[in-house]
Amino acid sequence: MRKYAIFLGCTVPVRAQHYELSARNVARQLNIELTEIPGASCCGFPLKAVDAQTALLIAARNISLVSQLKLDVVTLCNSCTAMLSDAQAQLKNEDFRKEFKHVGLSYPNEVKVRHFVRMLYEDIGIDEIKKAVKNPLRQLKIVPHYGCHYMRPTELYGFDSAEVPHTLDELVRVTGAESLEYTDKKMCCGGSVLGVDEELAITMSNHKLSIAHENGADAIVSICPFCTVMYEDNQRKAEAKFNKQYGIPVLYYPQLLGLSFGLDNNAVGLKFNRIKPDTILEKSTAQNQRSS
Amino acid sequence: MIDLKLSDPHFKWEIMKKEGGEGLLKCFGCSDCAASCPVRYFDERYNPRKIIRLTLLGMKEMVLSSPFLWFCAHCHACTERCPQGIKVAELINAIKNYAVEKGYCPEGYKMQLELLMKMGRLYEVEDFDLKKRQRLGLPPIDKTIPDVAKIIESTHILKVLKK
Repeated sequence: MRKYAIFLGCTVPVRAQHYELSARNVARQLNIELTEIPGASCCGFPLKAVDAQTALLIAARNISLVSQLKLDVVTLCNSCTAMLSDAQAQLKNEDFRKEFKHVGLSYPNEVKVRHFVRMLYEDIGIDEIKKAVKNPLRQLKIVPHYGCHYMRPTELYGFDSAEVPHTLDELVRVTGAESLEYTDKKMCCGGSVLGVDEELAITMSNHKLSIAHENGADAIVSICPFCTVMYEDNQRKAEAKFNKQYGIPVLYYPQLLGLSFGLDNNAVGLKFNRIKPDTILEKSTAQNQRSS
Repeated sequence: MIDLKLSDPHFKWEIMKKEGGEGLLKCFGCSDCAASCPVRYFDERYNPRKIIRLTLLGMKEMVLSSPFLWFCAHCHACTERCPQGIKVAELINAIKNYAVEKGYCPEGYKMQLELLMKMGRLYEVEDFDLKKRQRLGLPPIDKTIPDVAKIIESTHILKVLKK
C-alpha cells in the first residue's frame, strides 16, 4: 500500500467533485491510500501576481502541514502543483526559512510535491496500471491536454518534457484509447487571463477546442480544474463567439482511467460532466459488452 | 512613443530587488519570449519583450500603468526558451508585484485577496457542498481556514494596498 497526502486546493472540492471522486476511486484500485491534510487552505497561487512572498508563505504553510504527516503530497490542480513545488524549493533558501519560522511554521520532514497524474506515472508506472485495465477503451479518440504547470518550468519539476510532453499520452494509451497527435499540444487554456480579458481567454480556449473538433476527438482529457473551466464550462461561449458547434466532452484523466478499470459511471462521477459524455458511455459500454 | 526624458534610471534596480526580478539585465532583446508566448500569439498588445525593454529603459509609468502587463498567463513557455536563462515569467511577475506596490493592483486580484482573508480559500464552501460531498462519500472540508489571514497580515501586502 502506497500512502500520500492529498492536497485539494480551492476549486476541486467544491466545483470538481467528480475529479476528486474518480481520483480517489482510481487510487483505491491501484492500492494507493490518500490521507487528508487537516487545515489545508488555498495553495497561494491566486496571490502570486499580487505578492509572491505572501503566496509562497501560504503555500509553505500547506507544505508544513504535510510535513507533520511525514508523507509526500499529491495534488489535482496544475497551479497548486506549481505553487507548492515553488514553496518546497524555497524552503532550501535560508532567508525564506527565516520568514517561514517567523510566522510560526516548521518543516520537520522533507516533502515531495507532485501532481497526482505524475505520481501515477512515476510510482505506479504504465505496466502496473495496465494490469488494472479490464475494459480497454479501444474506440475512443482522446486529445490529451497537459496544461502549463504540469511540466513547466523544467527547472522546478525536472519531469516529462516542456517542449514534447508525452507522459499523459502514455497514460491515455494505457486505457486502450487512442491519444491523438495534434498541433499546439502545449497551448495554454487561457484560464489565467479569464479575469483580465474574457474575450482573449475564450479565443485561447477555442484554439484547442477547434483542433480537437477537427481531429474528430471524442473527448479532451484534462488534469487541471481550471483548464476544464476553460474547455468545458466556457465551451458554449467559444461556440457562440466563433459560430461553431463542438459539443466535445471534457473528462478528467482519472475518469477515463476509472472507466478502463471497469468502474461504473457513478464511481467516476460522469453525471457531473457539464457536456454530457454520451459517446464516451456508448463506446465504453459497447466495449464492455464485447469483452464480457 | 518612448520619451526618454521620462526615464527613471532606478526602475530596473527596483525590479531586480524583487523576487523573480534578478535576471533582468541579462536580456539582450532576442524576442524568443514573445515568439513563444501563447497570449501574444492571439493578442499582440501583450509582448513580454517589450515590457522587459521598457523596464530596462526606465519607462516606469508606462510599464506599471499598462493593463497588458496583466495579460501574462504565467505559463512559462518563455522561461523554457530564453537563451539567457532568464526566468521570464517570474520576471514579469516581479513587475506585477512592483506595480501592486505602486498602486496598480487590478480589482479582481484585490477581491481574491479579500476572499482569502475571509475564508482561506477562493470559493465559499456552503452546506449544500458539504452535503453533496457527504453523499458522494468524500471527506468533509473546512469552511474557513483562519491561519491564512494571519499569514497575509504578517506580510506588507495589506499596508501596500491601503495606501
